[in-house]
Amino acid sequence: MDQSFIAASIPLYIKAAGLTLNLAFWGVLLSLFVGAVCAVIGYFRIPVLCRIMQVYIELSRNTPLLIQLFFLYYGFAKIGIKFEAYTCAIGGLAFLGGSYMAEALRAGIESVGKIQIESGLSIGLTRWQLMRYIVLPQALAVAVPAIAANVIFLLKETSVVSAIALADLMFVAKDLIGMYYRTSEALLLLVGAYLILLLPLSLFFRYLERRLRNVGLGN
Amino acid sequence: MSDWGINVIFQGQNFLRLLEGLGVSMRIAVVSVLISSVCGIFLGLLMTSRYVAVRSLCRSYLEAVRIVPLLVWLFVFYFELTKVLHLQLPAEFVADIVFSIWGTAEMGDLVRGAVTSLPAHQRESGLAVGLTRWQVYRYVILPQAVRRLLPSAINLVTRMIKTTSLVVLIGVVEVLKIGQQIIEVSILKVPTASFWVYAIIFFLYFIICWPISLWAKHLEKRWQ
Repeated sequence: MDQSFIAASIPLYIKAAGLTLNLAFWGVLLSLFVGAVCAVIGYFRIPVLCRIMQVYIELSRNTPLLIQLFFLYYGFAKIGIKFEAYTCAIGGLAFLGGSYMAEALRAGIESVGKIQIESGLSIGLTRWQLMRYIVLPQALAVAVPAIAANVIFLLKETSVVSAIALADLMFVAKDLIGMYYRTSEALLLLVGAYLILLLPLSLFFRYLERRLRNVGLGN
Repeated sequence: MSDWGINVIFQGQNFLRLLEGLGVSMRIAVVSVLISSVCGIFLGLLMTSRYVAVRSLCRSYLEAVRIVPLLVWLFVFYFELTKVLHLQLPAEFVADIVFSIWGTAEMGDLVRGAVTSLPAHQRESGLAVGLTRWQVYRYVILPQAVRRLLPSAINLVTRMIKTTSLVVLIGVVEVLKIGQQIIEVSILKVPTASFWVYAIIFFLYFIICWPISLWAKHLEKRWQ
């Protein structure tokens, strides 16, 4: 191990970690949005959209992110639809994560007992109030473990974006290996960087899960 | 006929070559699924052990595998294993190893979940009527655990198939690599080649994983 090499490389990794986090952040946010839209479509059983959503969910869940990215980035460019690599990466993450978030939210909403919805309606709440005060607080709490797992999953999936030439952590490690043949150092830093990103997050989510246990009421 | 980009797929041996490439990915998936199933069941049962030390050892293994992206493990094993063993290992073989290690961890967790989700009185009643520990496993726990396990285990299989797409990044010549070769050969004649080739690879993965997902969903409903 060459310690001066490691010290010199750390700034590269910090910069790359910024991009990894940035991609994960927007990817997660957009996935949550896509997931929420899907959950609403499913909840109200909107006719045509429901079909489209099912097709989307099956496509997204049964294909790898790497292929989705290649298709988006290299494939679409050739028929005249060009995206930046960064846009592609976030779009790809949202396409992949959206279906996972949709599933988490759907399970959360379904966990709220029918009797509560009926009780709410019978005491004169509007549908919006019902959603705001009865369904959502419980549904979100139930969905948190699944959403947390998806956040970690998406953060890990960002490691694939180096394949479309984005300078994330994986990319920097590959670069250092290619240029200097310092594989051990580069890989050690890579594992270390992911640990620093993922370990606190995963511990925090575990704590959150414990706090939110037993939140469902009256089921 | 070069104005129809999709023809590039069916020119010469192209489609056959793509399928061959897919075969390489699937071979890795099948080998590692088989190894993971056997080792995962074993690991999962160990994780329900009475001894804290055994449980926490298994737990650490699972967490260590999970905390870092699989692509990172592929790189670490690809470069470091060669160095440690002083052996030139083919990338495909490294992929088999890494996917088996990962699959074992995930399968182990599913098995643990399935076994511990059974109410304790099932085991206790079995012991109370005089079954041995082995008989309790064989006749009481396993038949019920399998039904809880199978749908999620099948989903893990699709996840492993999807994840094998990563092996191209450590240099395994599989479907994506062959797709790139086809694109490079035909790029001058057929500018839209990459659209069609990546579309067909997307579709190929879908056509393999989708029926398996449907099967898992079907089992889940039937055994609920």
